[in-house]
Amino acid sequence: MHSPDTPSATDSPSRRRFLARVSATLGALAAALVAVPAIEFVIAPARRRMPNEWRRVGPVSRFRLGETVAVRLDDATRPWSGDASRVAAWVRRTGPESFVAFSANCTHLGCPVRWVADAKLFLCPCHGGVYDASGLVQAGPPPRPLARYDVTTEGGDLLIRVASLPLA
Amino acid sequence: MRVLSRIGRWLDDRSGWGDALRRFARHPVPEGTDWRYVLGSATLVAFLAQVVTGIALSTVYVPSTASAYESLQTITHHASWGRLVRGMHDVGASAMMILIGAHLARTYLTASYKYPRELSWLSGVMLLLCVVLMAFSGQLLRWDQDGVWSAVVAAEQLSRMPVVGRSLAHLLLGGPSVGASTLSRSFAVHVFLIPGLIFIGVALHIALVIRNGISEPPEHSPPRVDPRTYRAWYRDLLARAGHPFWPDAAWRDAVFAFLVVVAIVGLALTLGPHALGKPPDPSNVDASPRPDWYFLWYFALLAMLPKSLEQPVIVLAPLIGAIALVLLPFVGGTGSRHLRQRPWALAIVALAVGTIGWFTYEGYRAPWSPRFAAEPLAGTSLASTTSSAARVGAALFHDKGCEFCHSYGGIGGIRGPDLTHVTQRLNHPQLISRILGGGGNMPPFATRLSDDELRAIVAFLEMKR
Repeated sequence: MHSPDTPSATDSPSRRRFLARVSATLGALAAALVAVPAIEFVIAPARRRMPNEWRRVGPVSRFRLGETVAVRLDDATRPWSGDASRVAAWVRRTGPESFVAFSANCTHLGCPVRWVADAKLFLCPCHGGVYDASGLVQAGPPPRPLARYDVTTEGGDLLIRVASLPLA
Repeated sequence: MRVLSRIGRWLDDRSGWGDALRRFARHPVPEGTDWRYVLGSATLVAFLAQVVTGIALSTVYVPSTASAYESLQTITHHASWGRLVRGMHDVGASAMMILIGAHLARTYLTASYKYPRELSWLSGVMLLLCVVLMAFSGQLLRWDQDGVWSAVVAAEQLSRMPVVGRSLAHLLLGGPSVGASTLSRSFAVHVFLIPGLIFIGVALHIALVIRNGISEPPEHSPPRVDPRTYRAWYRDLLARAGHPFWPDAAWRDAVFAFLVVVAIVGLALTLGPHALGKPPDPSNVDASPRPDWYFLWYFALLAMLPKSLEQPVIVLAPLIGAIALVLLPFVGGTGSRHLRQRPWALAIVALAVGTIGWFTYEGYRAPWSPRFAAEPLAGTSLASTTSSAARVGAALFHDKGCEFCHSYGGIGGIRGPDLTHVTQRLNHPQLISRILGGGGNMPPFATRLSDDELRAIVAFLEMKR
């Protein structure tokens, strides 16, 4: 130990500056080493794409021609979700083997639209959006027609391809 | 007792906490600090109560989409003290929103954001944002039908942002659609992330009060706040007429905070927590999502805006609001603090409170929402008539959805005009062309009604002629 009054090489200002820089840099690097994986982990789901997944709805015979019914698309890939990753769709049989399926989410802010069969209208409970049978906007704030899901049949069953939540 | 005071002296010697506490408790406050100054401490007390009840709830709540709803049922209906604790957390959330809003309005009205307290204002703005995010994520954690749909509606709003919208929406949902991580990440944000930020923000907010002193009441202020002279003037003011914060000013904080806590417990006991809605099944289309009361005004705004204004409002209004709050202490950091010289401040606060109040009222009424549950008229006395066509028409009035938007004899929706006396406004051909062609916000019914059905509905509507 030397006395603080006698300057020596060890407390030269340039040495202090160097030590301060090294310490700050090491601190920042350590912080980044911890933060980068954690942040990447948290934002990774935002980059995930919807899997190209067909969900089986049930036998085609369940659907009567011209009728529009709500169907539930269960998610077998994420059983830990409970009901949360289920999706609703409105399905109409338009021919022996042809179907249309609408997303149940209003294009205004995503609330679940309801089919009023006698009026042949989809109505949104939140802000009063109105769509006709083909999903075109008739009244209210929705900016776009109802989104449609891809549909196919296989072995007498109706299959719907789920898509991500329809967003603006 | 001697042992206790020896332990106290030992702790004080080793930690120095006595000095630190004294420095805080005895920091001088200017004369005239009155009941206007109790809102910040009350907000803090409400927050601490939220921390306590929140920790308690988290010991039973299961943050999993498969079990959250059932665990909330258990908390509310079966757990000892569960109804009260959930009620306190729920009422406490409302208290936080009201108190932080009042505190914001008060600091704006007394211009306490001016030099040298700009950072106090900015840390307060950050805390306000945190409290709003807590209110939103808390509503989502009440994982019932409204909770699920609040995630969807928020994602849709975020997605309107240019460029980053979709990513933000997916970040909120934890993927391209609602799923298990929607709830898990909201739980993490509500329980770990934002409370941590709030603790940091509060520490900063209080440290700034100690450093710069509480703002003197405007009526004791100099005519103009001038950065060159203000600090010396303020030191002088405290030396001349300063009081120790504890207990000269703190007693008011204690009284008001006590009343706030009593109100939270009292309301939790009497009202109980927000009732749980239907189970959180996003495939159940029988839903009428509504936000909690503090967001209802925004819900109403989004229904009532003209279509052309909606996109700019969703994207720009929050941005402009945030920028205005951040810029305020820099744009208006000096000058007079007297309300007499700043009458617009009173007008702005009155306008904001009035607007939010009015939109909240409209949100409760929700005239734009179809009344799916409207009672069919066919069974009521309103449809008692000798005309069979009119009786059929009364039934059709419900089944064709007319009644969801129009009321008749006091039953039905309020989106469109009341049709009880429609014949006073429209003659026979006008009525028919209106039904067939629609107009305004009404869809055309030409393809939705047969000729007989149209005749029946018109007969019903013209019954009262």
